[in-house]
Amino acid sequence: MNITDIRKQFPILDQEVNGKPLVYLDSSATSQKPIQVIETLEKYYREYNSNVHRGVHTLGTKATDAYEGAREKVRKFINAKSTQEVIFTRGTTTSLNLVASSYAANNLKEGDEIIITYMEHHSNLIPWQQVAKNTGAQLKYFPLQTDGTLRLEDVRASITPNTKIVAVTQVSNVLGTINPIKEIAQIAHENGAVIVVDGAQSAPHLEIDVQDLDCDFFAFSGHKMCGPTGIGVLYSKKHLLENMEPIEFGGEMIDFVELYDSTWKELPWKFEGGTPIIAGAIGLGAAIDFLNEVGLENIAAHEHQLAAYALDKMSAIEGISIYGPMDPAKRCGLVTFNLADVHPHDVATVLDAEGIAVRAGHHCAQPLMKWLNVSATARASFYLYNTEEDIDKLVEGLVKTKEYFSDVF
Amino acid sequence: MSSNLDALYRRVIMDHYKKPRNRGVLEDGSHTINMNNPTCGDRIHLTFNVKDGIVEDAKFEGEGCSISMSSASMMTEAIKGKKVEEALKLAKIFSDMMLGKEYDDEVDLGDIEALQGVAKFPARIKCATLAWKAMEKGLKGEEHE
Repeated sequence: MNITDIRKQFPILDQEVNGKPLVYLDSSATSQKPIQVIETLEKYYREYNSNVHRGVHTLGTKATDAYEGAREKVRKFINAKSTQEVIFTRGTTTSLNLVASSYAANNLKEGDEIIITYMEHHSNLIPWQQVAKNTGAQLKYFPLQTDGTLRLEDVRASITPNTKIVAVTQVSNVLGTINPIKEIAQIAHENGAVIVVDGAQSAPHLEIDVQDLDCDFFAFSGHKMCGPTGIGVLYSKKHLLENMEPIEFGGEMIDFVELYDSTWKELPWKFEGGTPIIAGAIGLGAAIDFLNEVGLENIAAHEHQLAAYALDKMSAIEGISIYGPMDPAKRCGLVTFNLADVHPHDVATVLDAEGIAVRAGHHCAQPLMKWLNVSATARASFYLYNTEEDIDKLVEGLVKTKEYFSDVF
Repeated sequence: MSSNLDALYRRVIMDHYKKPRNRGVLEDGSHTINMNNPTCGDRIHLTFNVKDGIVEDAKFEGEGCSISMSSASMMTEAIKGKKVEEALKLAKIFSDMMLGKEYDDEVDLGDIEALQGVAKFPARIKCATLAWKAMEKGLKGEEHE
């Protein structure tokens, strides 16, 4: 994997921000897009923009083929059994809300339990709070180890025959922790529960095999994996989807419509009411082609190396606190941290003046911030186009930040 | 470091951040306001004592960056002893200043003027205005009492 060649394929990286070469370390929020994706979107709009599944005309057929072709690319990317199990959505949040509003709302009742973790992003937390409020089910949390990892003994002890849904992120967007989804799925299934996996932070970085993980629902977003914003995926097993009702009704998702009743299209279209996100899906297909060409295993190895390098260099900075497991084997390519006596917003502003983009705030994970006993943190996250040099610049920037704030005091 | 940054992090701002004035809670205050900035997690807890239309005392507690906390410190300092109308007028001036609008320059702003540099950092304006918005929320409707 040649990083210089890869970087050339991301035109946005070749620019100066505040007079310094851009160092983009915010890919966990959204990744940058390679030229292949940008050109695919442009080609669609320039050459064959048309609505799908309706037109008899040539452009309509072209657009439908490209849209459904993208679904097949997604199927292969996550190794789903069939394209009927791949639903296009607006993103991870919409995917998870679909599971909550359709599956959970109709299958849960008082006395049932939903179990999640403290490290969930708000998108895999608030839908379950709402389900609990509306159905009378109870929302529970798996305990978390002090290093920010889950212990399977705790998972086993928490899940009971009353547990109907286990909802877990595969990779924490704050701690970087990689959770043992396959093992948690097995324990959930032994107890008759289904497992819902938030794959927003894992699909861009790890090889995903939904059959091997044996997860019942898997949600992810295109924009974090080199694709456009506004497109995401919900995978689920066919027998579950067949028994779920759509939550959006209208065009595109119907079979026969009569005056007082209607029937739904077959899977996956019954969940795709309205004109779908055609350009987004085709763009996601192009992103998958790009990632496959580089190789997910190469990307994972590269990020792993960057994470290990970053943990090593950053932990040498005096007064820094790093959150999440310090063992690089247990985490993905991001490092969340705080500098003593400098608020993370101030860190991010000073780094920005150096051309370095990091995230600062609660990262849509307020309960986790509380668990960490902080109000906010800063986060540097890496992707295939980042280099050790980027991390050196970050470390340099952090040292400067410290000096700057001790100088002005 | 760039001169832009120096315009943002003025010495007087850092002084208020490091040594906040009026930090704490007025246990028997007449007004209590809680406000947060949901996008970044900054929080402020304001307590006032308003008597006969005058802000006799003001204190703040909270969590946030140097800009939000220094702004809260300056705000409490500025409104203590002022009439409610004057405090609200200051809030309006401050808001205009942050938005880069023309503002009433006949009022002596003291330390607050140092926050002018924030206007050049759009991402940080909300940090600076949090305490002022909380104050406005608490005092609005009190003008005629």
